[in-house]
Amino acid sequence: MLQDKDRIFLNLYGQHDWGLKGARSRGAWHGTKEFIDKGHDWIINEVKSSGLRGRGGAGFPTGLKWSFMPKEDPRPSFLVINADESEPGTCKDREILRHDPHLLVEGALLASFAMRAHVCYIYARGEFIHERERLQAAIDQAYEARLIGKNNVHGWDFECYVAHGAGAYICGEETALLESLEGKKGQPRLKPPFPANCGLYGAPTTVNNVESIAVAPDILRRGAAWFNGLGKPNNVGTKLFCISGHVERPCTVEEEMGIPLRELLDKHCGGVRGGWDNLLTVIPGGSSVRCLRTDVCADITMDFDALGKEGSGLGTAGVIVMDKSTDIIKAIARLAYFYKHESCGQCTPCREGTGWMWRVLTRMAEGRAEKREIDMLFEVSKQVEGHTICALGDAAAWPVQGLINNFRHVIEARIDQYSARAASDGAVTSKQVEAAH
Amino acid sequence: MPKLKIDGEEIEVEDGITVLQACEQAGVAIPRFCYHERLSIAGNCRMCLVEVVGAPKPVASCAMGVNDLRPGPDGQPPEVVTTSPLVKKAREGVMDFLLINHPLDCPICDQGGECDLQDQARSFGGGLTRYDENKRAVEQKYLGPLIKTVMTRCIHCTRCVRFMTEIAGVEELGLLGRGEDAEIATYLERGLMSELSANVIDLCPVGALTNRPYAFVARPWELKKTETIDVMDAVGSAIRVDTRGREVMRVLPRNNDAVNEEWISDKTRHVADGLRAQRLDQPYVRGTDGKLQAASWDDALAAIAAKMKATAPERIGFVAGDLCAAEEMFALQGLAASLGSPNIDCRQDGAKLDPALGRGSYVFNSTIEGLEAADAILLVGCNPRIEAAVMNARIRKRWRQGNLRIAVIGEQADLNYPYDYLGAGPQTLYDVAEGNHDFAGVLREAAHPMVIVGAGAMARSDGQMVLALAARIAEAAREGCDKNWCSFNVLHTAASRVAGLDLGLVPGENGKDVAGMIAAGTAGDLDVLYLLGADELDLSALKASCFVIYQGTHGDAGAHQGDVILPGAAYTEKNGTYVNLEGRAQLALRAGFPPGDAKDDWAILRALSGAMGAPLPYDSLSALSAAMIGQTPSLGALDDIAPVDKSNLEALAVMGGSLVDEPFVNAIADFYLSNPIARASQVLAELSAMKKSMYSPAGTAQGNENKG
Repeated sequence: MLQDKDRIFLNLYGQHDWGLKGARSRGAWHGTKEFIDKGHDWIINEVKSSGLRGRGGAGFPTGLKWSFMPKEDPRPSFLVINADESEPGTCKDREILRHDPHLLVEGALLASFAMRAHVCYIYARGEFIHERERLQAAIDQAYEARLIGKNNVHGWDFECYVAHGAGAYICGEETALLESLEGKKGQPRLKPPFPANCGLYGAPTTVNNVESIAVAPDILRRGAAWFNGLGKPNNVGTKLFCISGHVERPCTVEEEMGIPLRELLDKHCGGVRGGWDNLLTVIPGGSSVRCLRTDVCADITMDFDALGKEGSGLGTAGVIVMDKSTDIIKAIARLAYFYKHESCGQCTPCREGTGWMWRVLTRMAEGRAEKREIDMLFEVSKQVEGHTICALGDAAAWPVQGLINNFRHVIEARIDQYSARAASDGAVTSKQVEAAH
Repeated sequence: MPKLKIDGEEIEVEDGITVLQACEQAGVAIPRFCYHERLSIAGNCRMCLVEVVGAPKPVASCAMGVNDLRPGPDGQPPEVVTTSPLVKKAREGVMDFLLINHPLDCPICDQGGECDLQDQARSFGGGLTRYDENKRAVEQKYLGPLIKTVMTRCIHCTRCVRFMTEIAGVEELGLLGRGEDAEIATYLERGLMSELSANVIDLCPVGALTNRPYAFVARPWELKKTETIDVMDAVGSAIRVDTRGREVMRVLPRNNDAVNEEWISDKTRHVADGLRAQRLDQPYVRGTDGKLQAASWDDALAAIAAKMKATAPERIGFVAGDLCAAEEMFALQGLAASLGSPNIDCRQDGAKLDPALGRGSYVFNSTIEGLEAADAILLVGCNPRIEAAVMNARIRKRWRQGNLRIAVIGEQADLNYPYDYLGAGPQTLYDVAEGNHDFAGVLREAAHPMVIVGAGAMARSDGQMVLALAARIAEAAREGCDKNWCSFNVLHTAASRVAGLDLGLVPGENGKDVAGMIAAGTAGDLDVLYLLGADELDLSALKASCFVIYQGTHGDAGAHQGDVILPGAAYTEKNGTYVNLEGRAQLALRAGFPPGDAKDDWAILRALSGAMGAPLPYDSLSALSAAMIGQTPSLGALDDIAPVDKSNLEALAVMGGSLVDEPFVNAIADFYLSNPIARASQVLAELSAMKKSMYSPAGTAQGNENKG
């Protein structure tokens, strides 16, 4: 369990002053100039050796990503921070934006400096009105204190702009975000070229999650070795976990990577509602990963590799807990509706497949389906997965696959129940029709 | 040059191409819907997925560059597989998704038989549907009188959106909404405001956008396809004319990279109904009561022969119109020569072009393909968007690539690309020619400068001086360019003009030009006027004593003036040579026969010469062609542009004259009604009216009801 001295987000719950003074008292903006004086490559190497993996969901090593930025390029470089936190069950970036925004601003300066960028855009989710205002206020404070801006005290000209989305989930995909930032319709771009070669306005761009950027200053302050010493090998550092659903006290909490799921739920959330045995399933990484069986939940650790090995994923670490009162088919059907609603409509499998899966699941939730359709649904989800431009197709397919992998018996029972009731009500089944012919 | 292995065979391809193109070079066909080689890459249909060995997921081959493929672990070339079960499954999956919401209405769909979705479903689909839900229905969209929409059939490939935005340069179509509710629609609910809009019909891989006037008319397999040349403008676009029996059912573009790529203008495509309406199908002779009466060929020709024989040759005039093939102009020239009349002209619009100066002084020397190299363009008195719509797309294509300066002297019109507006009239041109204008410097510094002079600037009393100034600008700009580059260009508007000038259909010694003939006819100094398809002249002031012979296809302006009317053949109804504005001779082929008693134009002239007792020395089209090519060899060099002699331009540049201080006025006022065939077309008339009124929203709704 994470010790208090190792926490990065000291104002996660907003009990203290979010402003510059408060942030400074918690250590923000301390030594920033020294890091900048050590040069671009020092910062990148430090982040590299800290082992920080991107906190947006994919877990790509952050330092490595930064090192992809061209060193000598006539075009300007950009840092874009993805604050379009829309993943169901995830509410970590929001806490940073409204309670510890200075960590983000400082991180933005350091990351931009490391990548030789003078401009940073922070793309805030459309629904984040209050958070955007708070973030803007923090940026204004930083400008006023000449921490950022032209001729600032750190000696690296740096402009930081907040862009406000319009509430589309897909704009959290990095290239769709860039499109949206450019004023276009938020549709993911084809890759390659990757943003590091051709991103915002065709210039080299790195898109990072809020949390990845916000932890960077503390990594530099406390040293890569400190960060690397927390957690498990290859899955290091601290991480914000957002636990929602059927636990006694849902919360967002900073914990070590690789904490056992059960410990996370028991220590911070007061345990599963009705006791551990009442647990039905957990979706560990926001809605976009496969759900876990209870026996797996018992001893799984919360990190990229362990969850990946179980066919699930850490994702955004938005842990959705469901107890046995949950209608799991209906729950996944609701998620399928979400993806159907948020699909951008650009490429075929996702545009057509998400609606198809939702419709079948809706029927299955009632039991109004045939058992062979379970396999068909699984195949449809496989036809979507990996065939699309961006990862929304995968994200839509995985919850469905998790449902079928782990809860096929529930679906079958529901179908049986429905047809039994239909038979007792005197409905004519298709089998009877076929037999009559 | 990257090497890669495609289905086991190693191939070396050029840099920068996509995997899909590499596969095509290797002879492996890749199914696709959204990919089109002349449009930007969308990569959204996912039909072209292939397996790249080592990649975790199937890769969209249309969007993956061969240079982006990673070599194998030991440096072996990257391997692409298109026949694996993974690829087969991926294609079946995508097909599955495309078809679940596609109505199975092929029997009533006009795309049937030439539908990409139909073909590819047959080749790559799974065969059965597993979709039991309700299908999506999409509301109809109104895209104007040319394009019929059945949006439920749309598969969201966005080819139409990309075409309108990128090629046509009119941002009016887009993908609205998202997810499965995404729809292709116009941003404003009105018809598309582009001269190239109907090309989306060809681009649409399904039956969502089809040819509205052609709706439910024919199936592709019942049509006879004739590959020929368009005459609606001087570009000479390659077209395919589809006929059933005698009637032209539709016109489609053919690929010709040097001319029209694979686009045609809306006028070219939708003039088809104009070929059926208002046709002259038998000879007429004006009776003593002043009314036209149907006559036999013999009577009509005899009437003309009698009149001509009784008239002194210098009191007879001949005018060739805008749509004539070279053959009949040659025959007309022969007729005039045998009579001894010097009054002959092919420059119906009065352009001050003089073939005596050489071909370089009246063709589009830089060539249409050369536009892609241009880095500075000066447009003088023309609106290429109207006068050569397909060529304008080429200018826009070049502009999109960047580093192109365009300037306009003349009318300030929306050309679909930005330009520097220099001025309205010849004075500005004079300033540029004298080097007193910034743009003269731009042209001088350009490696491939172009000066394009339109018909509006040449067909004025000071036309020759305007041409001379343009030639001077072009000459000055050419300094430092590569030797073979010629920057002087004439933008013709008539398909017949260059061939006419090549043949030398201009007044002989003491002969009268078109304006001279009309003036003489008005003054009573001209007794016979022979109009070969010339409909753009104002003959209202002509003295009644002037005997007008009209030979042509449509009951248009010329026929109304005629004392004798001889029905001829339209461009789809005869074999003939047309020379486009670049000087490219192309053969138009007969797709169907002319209506009624109408005959080939050269044959009418030959018969007339016979009736007059001095038959022209050829009895067949091939004999005529041989004689014509003997006289003007360039007409026989098909699809070839002879290099021009530089002295042509120098001769033009030293021409003098005075300038008239009046702004240039573009030659064509209404794009849709610029020739007799187009004026006979109901579709184009509707379009013209629509563009004029710019459509009120109420009108749109009504249009939907009537046409939907």
